[in-house]
Amino acid sequence: MYSCSDLKKGLKILIDNEPHVIVGFDFTKPGKGQSLYKCKLRNMVTGSLFDRTYRSGENFVPASLVESDMQFLYQDYSGYVFMEQKKSEQTVLTEDVLGDDKYFLVDNMEVKVLMFDERGIGLTLPIFVNLRVTVSDPWVKGDTAAGNNKPATVETGYNLMVPSFVDEGTLIQIDTRTGEYVTRVKE
Amino acid sequence: MAPGLTEKHDRLIQRARIIQTIRAFFIESAFLEVETPQRIPLNAPEANIAPILSGNWQLQTSPELAMKRLLAAGHANIFQISHCWRDEERGRNHLPEFTMLEWYRSHCDYSQLMTDCENLFRYLVPQAQIDYQGHRIVLDQPFERLSVTEAFARYTDSNPQQALAEDRFDELIAFTIEPRLGLDRPTILYDYPAELASLARRKTGLPELAERFELYIAGLELANAFSELTDPEEQRQRFCKEMASSSASENGQPLLPEPFLSDLLKMPPAAGIALGVDRLVMLLTDSRSIDQVVAFTPEDL
Repeated sequence: MYSCSDLKKGLKILIDNEPHVIVGFDFTKPGKGQSLYKCKLRNMVTGSLFDRTYRSGENFVPASLVESDMQFLYQDYSGYVFMEQKKSEQTVLTEDVLGDDKYFLVDNMEVKVLMFDERGIGLTLPIFVNLRVTVSDPWVKGDTAAGNNKPATVETGYNLMVPSFVDEGTLIQIDTRTGEYVTRVKE
Repeated sequence: MAPGLTEKHDRLIQRARIIQTIRAFFIESAFLEVETPQRIPLNAPEANIAPILSGNWQLQTSPELAMKRLLAAGHANIFQISHCWRDEERGRNHLPEFTMLEWYRSHCDYSQLMTDCENLFRYLVPQAQIDYQGHRIVLDQPFERLSVTEAFARYTDSNPQQALAEDRFDELIAFTIEPRLGLDRPTILYDYPAELASLARRKTGLPELAERFELYIAGLELANAFSELTDPEEQRQRFCKEMASSSASENGQPLLPEPFLSDLLKMPPAAGIALGVDRLVMLLTDSRSIDQVVAFTPEDL
C-alpha cells in the first residue's frame, strides 16, 4: 500500500481496478488546513487524462505491471495475437490498445508487451522496422509542393512520405517512434 | 556540488539581505529580538500539523507558545526568526524545515498587524512594486481587506459554513480562492470560522468567527495572524478539540502544554503573526519554487 506521502510523478496506482500513472503532481496546504495532493493521472489502458485531489490518510494500491518479451504471431477476429517466448502463452491485444503501432507489426517480430492483471495493455516496438512499399506512383518532376518526396503505402496499409527514388516493391526502414522513413534496405 | 547551487548564488545573497532588512525593520520599530528553544516537549496541538520527533521531545512547528510566555513575562513587543519543522510537508511552496518570522504585540489586536504588514513590505521594497511570475503588485496603497465570507461569495458557489459542512473548505481555498488573491495589490483575507483558528480570539458579537487573517501576494500565502486567545480555559477546550483528530495522548488523558496554559493567565491582550521567510524571498526574487531560495533542500542532502 502507498500513502499520500509516496505520491509522486511516475508512480503507478490502481483506481477502480485500472492501472493509472501519475503524470503531474503538486502538494499544497492552505494555512492551518489539510494537506492536499493534487495529481494529474493517466489511465494506462484508455490513455484518458484527469485531475484528482487526495488528502492525508488516503491509501493506494500499487498497480503491478510487468513487461514481457513476446513474439507477434498473427491477426485474427479477436485482435493481434502475441506469444510469450518463455511460457508459450498467448496474449491478444485489441486494435484500440495498439493504435498506430498496428501498422508496424510484422510476423514473428519481437516486442515487449506491458501486462496488467493478465491483460496486455501496451506495446513497445523495436525502434526500426522494415516494410515493403506496395503502392507508390512515380514522382512527377516539377511537383514542388512536396519537395522531392512523394506519398507511399507499405504492406501493412500505413501511408507515409518517401523520397522520389523509392519505387514500388522496395524494402524501406521506418522509425516506429516517429513513423517516418529512414532509409532503403539493401536485399 | 548539489545540483543548481551555482544558479542559486545570487538568490542566496538576496536572501541574506532580506533577512537583515527584516531585522532592521523590527529593531527600528522598537521590537525585542528573542530566541526560544527549537526542541520542545510539546507543540500546540493542531489537527493538520504533524511535528517531527526529537528523542522524547519535538522540534518546534512554530515558536508560538514560547513567545506568548515571554509576552506573559512582560516583554511587550517581540520578534524571532527561527527554523520550524513540519512533517511530510513538501511541495513547490513547502519544505519540512523552513524559516519563520514571528512577531507579537501586546495590547493590540489583529488590525495593528495588518498595518505592520503594510509597513514591513514598504520597508523591504522601497520602490513599492513587486514583479512576481508575470504579476505586477503595487504596495503604495492600502492592502485589500477581504473577509473569508466575501471571498467565498465572490469566487465560489458556496459559503464558508456550507463548505465546512461538505468538507470542501480547504479545497475551495487552495484551488479556487488563493490563486486569485493579491494579484495587483496584496490581499488580507480575514475573519475565519472559529473552528479553523484554535489559538485565536473569537470576534466580539460574532462568536462563530475568529480574529484571524492571512496575507496573500500573487496567490502566495505568506502570513497567518491572530488576535490571541488569552482565556486558559477556552484554550484548553479548543486544544482538546484539535486533538480529537490527532494522536498525542497519554493513558487517554490529553497531553497539553501545561506551562503555556498556566502562563496564559498572565498574558496581556495581544496579537501575533507568523510569516514564511522562504516564501517572502521567493516573492522578492521572482522564484517559482521554494527550492530556489534555500541553499539545500532535503533531497540535496
